[in-house]
Amino acid sequence: MTKKLPAIPYVVWMAIFVVAPLVLVVVYALTTPDGQVTLANMLEARKFLGVFGRSFGLALIATVICLILGYPVAYAFSREGERFRSVAMMLIMLPRWMNFLLRTYAWVTIIENTGLLNQVLGFLHLPKLHIINTPAAVVLGMVYDYLPFMILPIYSVIIKLDGSLIEAARDLGADSYRVFTKIIFPLSIPGVISGVTMVFVPSVSTFVISKLLGGGKDMLVGDLIELQFLGGAGAYNPQLGSAVALVMMIIILICMSLMNRFGGGDEEVVLL
Amino acid sequence: MTEKARIRLVDLTTAFDGEVVLDNINLEIKDREFLTLLGPSGCGKTTTLRIIAGFLKPDSGDVFFDNERINEVPPNKRAVNTVFQKYALFTHMNVFENVAFGLRIRKTPEAEIRKRVTDALALAELSGYDKRRVHQLSGGQQQRVAIARAIVNRPKVLLLDEPLGALDLKLRKEMQRELKKIQRTAGITFVYVTHDQEEALTMSDRVVVMNRGKILQIGSPVDIYNEPRCAFVADFIGESNIFSGVMPRDKLVTFAEQDFTCLDGGFAANEEVDVVIRPEDIDVTAPGDGAVSGTVKSIIFMGVHYEITVVGDTGEEWQIHSTDPQTVGDRVGLTLTPDDIHIMHKPASPEEEPVDYDADEEDEDDDD
Repeated sequence: MTKKLPAIPYVVWMAIFVVAPLVLVVVYALTTPDGQVTLANMLEARKFLGVFGRSFGLALIATVICLILGYPVAYAFSREGERFRSVAMMLIMLPRWMNFLLRTYAWVTIIENTGLLNQVLGFLHLPKLHIINTPAAVVLGMVYDYLPFMILPIYSVIIKLDGSLIEAARDLGADSYRVFTKIIFPLSIPGVISGVTMVFVPSVSTFVISKLLGGGKDMLVGDLIELQFLGGAGAYNPQLGSAVALVMMIIILICMSLMNRFGGGDEEVVLL
Repeated sequence: MTEKARIRLVDLTTAFDGEVVLDNINLEIKDREFLTLLGPSGCGKTTTLRIIAGFLKPDSGDVFFDNERINEVPPNKRAVNTVFQKYALFTHMNVFENVAFGLRIRKTPEAEIRKRVTDALALAELSGYDKRRVHQLSGGQQQRVAIARAIVNRPKVLLLDEPLGALDLKLRKEMQRELKKIQRTAGITFVYVTHDQEEALTMSDRVVVMNRGKILQIGSPVDIYNEPRCAFVADFIGESNIFSGVMPRDKLVTFAEQDFTCLDGGFAANEEVDVVIRPEDIDVTAPGDGAVSGTVKSIIFMGVHYEITVVGDTGEEWQIHSTDPQTVGDRVGLTLTPDDIHIMHKPASPEEEPVDYDADEEDEDDDD
């Protein structure tokens, strides 16, 4: 009993700020405004299939780009000396010390039609790029914001790989390419799964990035939910918002458990 | 019988951060022999092994394999395989795939892979374990997978880096016999690294004793045990009484204030020497009967024998291993025959000095 004592503040905190809101979401999703149990909200959420599809599609693209960009970085850093590694890791985390909104706004000023990027392109007599308020801008924002969450877990798995495994593979005849494809990459899959989870989940539920960089034209699930709660008198519908949130939560949980099974590793992957 | 040299190490010298780890190592490894590099930690034995495997380049000196210089050949192109200290098994593969790894890399046909892996697993007494995951195996089984994974490639030389270090005593003994059997059956040259002198003596055809980056003695286990070349070897290979003495002439040595007949010669007249006497060679007799008289200081029961300490009347301490118990405080005599007395040169350099890991064996006489 005494050993459990220090955990009490955490349990209380989680109960108030995680469990209670979750219960509320479920209750709202399954009731009418006057308190009757109903499945109507959940069925109504089906109307937004396109929004769900767009959210998952963009998040998936962003996750794949993060993996393609992040894995080589994590691998390259893990092979450097200790001093280089600590500086590099700090530089990767450094932008995160700045406010999330500010970072995202900064991209607006870079990619907007009269922004920095197009000024440079104009100066070089190159055709202007129309990026702002397109899905590409949303993906760009997601990749920029969540890339460190891909790099860090992969890096921390690779750095802990037993060097003697690599020597054993070399000893058994594998060249550097085979050492990577047969040993290092398969053993780093738990890190890849964590990274994918940590990028995909916030990407799929973001609403700030799509609003600022996507111009709010193509609504994502996050925007949809926000609208139901903060959307003024006409749009205010917490029951529908909760239902949409619940549906998304279920889909994400299914995705993650499938991926954990697919990974098949012995290590547990932490769901966010 | 003259066997050809499989591997030759010529003038190998290596330093890490300015500290010399290997100092001018010269060694010939014969085809199909079981050679052991023996020494305390930091003596350079593992470094030597890593240079043969190709994981490390010597600062200077050459490595020859079948008379071909292989300094620049990367580990994946060498006809040697290694059994690592901590096995280094691939945890994401089952036993079969671990053993098949080297063959798959060499694009061996599937049918041959199946046959050779099955044979290697049988040799390592692991038949039926193919589908097991590595972490489901005991330490001894993992060790045997590591050996099977190496020998399946039919290397000309197998390098083993303290492969039994993590196993308990009983399993270690069992694996020693098994390794020796595998070495004979497969007809492979074994280069075995250990700090365990007993392991070295029981398994090897030849033992190379190393200390502080230098080779001190190369010889058969019997030679190394019976004719240690310096105090370090005598001390490291089994327990020893080491006394300081003088040789007035050949076959006569003076120590513990007495003259003893011995079998050694070839020293300068009145040269200062170290005298080594194995504890099990000394016989305890009635007081006054032996060459030396003394008093029993302590006795410890060790299982097979008693370890008895006797203080001679001239002050020196004798370690004796005997199956007969004695009583502390009793007067006893000690007998020695000439072939029990081994004469060595005084240490010419620090690495030849006796080890001080066991304070009991450090006699005051050494300080002369």
